[in-house]
Amino acid sequence: MSVNLDHAATTPLRPEALEAMLPFLRDGVGNPSGSHSLARAATRALDEARESLGETLGVSPPDIVITSGGTEADNLALAGARLGLVEEGVAEPVVVASAVEHPAVRETVRALGGSLCPVDRDGVVDLDALGSMVKEAGSRLAAVSLMLVNNETGVIQPVAEAASVVRGLEGSALVHCDAVQGFVWCDIGQEAAGADLLSLSAHKFGGPQGVGALVAGEAARRRLRPILHGGPQERELRAGTQNVAGAVGMAVAARLTAAEREEARRRVDELGDRLLAGLVRLGGVEPAVARERRVGAICNVRFHGVVAEEMLIALDGRGLYASAGSSCASGALEPSPVLAAMGVEPPAAREHVRFSLGYETTAADVDLALAIVAEALAALRGL
Amino acid sequence: MRVLVAMSGGVDSSVAAALLRDAGHDVVGATMKLWGGASDSGCCSVSDVEDARRAAGRLGIDHHVFNFTEEFDEHVVEPYVADHFAGRTPNPCVECNRHLKFAAFLDRAVRLGFEAVATGHHARVARDGAGRPRLLRGLDGAKDQSYVLSCLTAAQLERVLLPVGELEKTEVRRIAAGLGLGVAGKPDSQEVCFVAGPKGAASRGRFLEGRGALRPGRVVEAATGRVVGAVPAVELVTVGQRRGLGVAAGARRFALEVDVESGVVLVGTEDDLAALEVRLSRRTWVSAPLPEGSRVLAQASAHGRPFEAVCEASGLRFAEPRRRIAPGQVVALYVGDQVVGSGVAERAAA
Repeated sequence: MSVNLDHAATTPLRPEALEAMLPFLRDGVGNPSGSHSLARAATRALDEARESLGETLGVSPPDIVITSGGTEADNLALAGARLGLVEEGVAEPVVVASAVEHPAVRETVRALGGSLCPVDRDGVVDLDALGSMVKEAGSRLAAVSLMLVNNETGVIQPVAEAASVVRGLEGSALVHCDAVQGFVWCDIGQEAAGADLLSLSAHKFGGPQGVGALVAGEAARRRLRPILHGGPQERELRAGTQNVAGAVGMAVAARLTAAEREEARRRVDELGDRLLAGLVRLGGVEPAVARERRVGAICNVRFHGVVAEEMLIALDGRGLYASAGSSCASGALEPSPVLAAMGVEPPAAREHVRFSLGYETTAADVDLALAIVAEALAALRGL
Repeated sequence: MRVLVAMSGGVDSSVAAALLRDAGHDVVGATMKLWGGASDSGCCSVSDVEDARRAAGRLGIDHHVFNFTEEFDEHVVEPYVADHFAGRTPNPCVECNRHLKFAAFLDRAVRLGFEAVATGHHARVARDGAGRPRLLRGLDGAKDQSYVLSCLTAAQLERVLLPVGELEKTEVRRIAAGLGLGVAGKPDSQEVCFVAGPKGAASRGRFLEGRGALRPGRVVEAATGRVVGAVPAVELVTVGQRRGLGVAAGARRFALEVDVESGVVLVGTEDDLAALEVRLSRRTWVSAPLPEGSRVLAQASAHGRPFEAVCEASGLRFAEPRRRIAPGQVVALYVGDQVVGSGVAERAAA
């Protein structure tokens, strides 16, 4: 018997999404860029997926730029915004992001030039510091990026507040929100209100791997330049034959996620709390972030005296799947820069494990997980 | 038995895993990520991890990657640097075995429920009449790696399996090829794994330069006190070295002592190099310490010729005068083909 508590990494494909995708995979699909019947059928499928997604998100279909996933969407948002400024003749444009962003944002900021805004002990961005950084960058600032829900700790950033801070200052930086985790649990229309750009990744909400979207209104789109060249697709913002089957699956998964979200959130929050309470009861286990500042589905804890790398293997061997930190190119666990930004020292950071629940997680799953953790902990602590 | 095999991505460890699997053990492979520095090109680099993972996949066994970079830095790299800057010639592979492979890795294996660990080292673990573990040279004398394992104790060996030590190297490669393991053609890893570049002082120099200032030194003739040469980096000189000392051609001079503090390399003739004994520190014994006066075969480098010696309280007395051993070098002690202990060479008492 196994329990998957690693939903923040990827989620099972929703059956409805699979159903919708199957014809395109099994029977072939045309290239939407062509002009004959096969191509037009593909275009129609793409149009419908875009419309559906637009409806789910409360935006117009053209606002959906289909990408290969969240990482590409993040890159397009930031590198694209920066290229826009370069074209306008701005020397050395920069990007500002929080210090706890996903590597797809953090590494992009590092590669493009920019700075990371400090966060507090829970990983919430310091809005005053953010304001200062925005002011300092002035007209060189291409974008400010703030993820709604943190993939490692579940902490919720004040994106709407940050957006109004940025707007209140001089300058016209685009506000980007990595909503890859956020979309699963939050009403991003509200919680990310004011964001000009939003990143989504299908496989985080029951859609297929390999497809995502950058949501961008017309005004924002005009200020982006493409990072992938080679075709006029996605209104010349993202070259390359679209993943039609993927887009179809993504739209279905998104629709269902949004429709079930309220109920799922309530239920999963409770299960997450049940999990955390059980973990803490084992002794020497503490949560990384205060409950009220994070979503209940993502439960990051520290197991005192146990290296996460070992814990994960011990759990895996007993059928419980979880994760920690981030992997380096060789697949080894690296200390988490997110925890470091929160002030967690390396020895402690090495002991953090992330459990992340999904809409399908049940109470029985949680109880089984707790039993497995108890066993693994005893084995590793030598009891 | 549940066995965790340390897989480096090379032929030997991959074959070790295969042999154990075929013998019916419950085998899992793990690669240690030890180093991710600028020279991620040596052993256990990303491509080595991938090789190990692919080999594990072919063998149908699980594979994990362990991040031991902190332990490696603390117990292998830092001491290596410190030793060189103190004019010593360390053996980092031995330290890796002492602290990582048969300590941190072994301890983790035990915590994770494994009964033994295995490596691809060419050496053998045998059991005596009472079931106690013994460490022996590998079958293929030319490839014997017992020297780098000489620091192990019976407590560690209790949980160690060394399957390839029973085979000739050609047999190992044949098995690898037969199993479709893509690593069969890989050359054996040669240089210190965390130092990039071809084997030699130049690579070591570049590595150490990144850790501290290397100082030029004077080469001084021990007998006369005259300066007879110069070296660009005194920290890179090894006792016994003849080349690269800047000494005039025709005069064969060997490094006798390296004094980093004063920036001096003392040199002498080949006869001056001779020593009658060596002081040993950090002594280990596989099982009980040998009493003083015991005769052993000692080996002072990975593939050096063993020589006769007698155990003393402070180290070894050589049966015949031989080249002095560079401080920092590991000396392995054998009785016949069996490793009985080890020590680290120290400077002769003044």
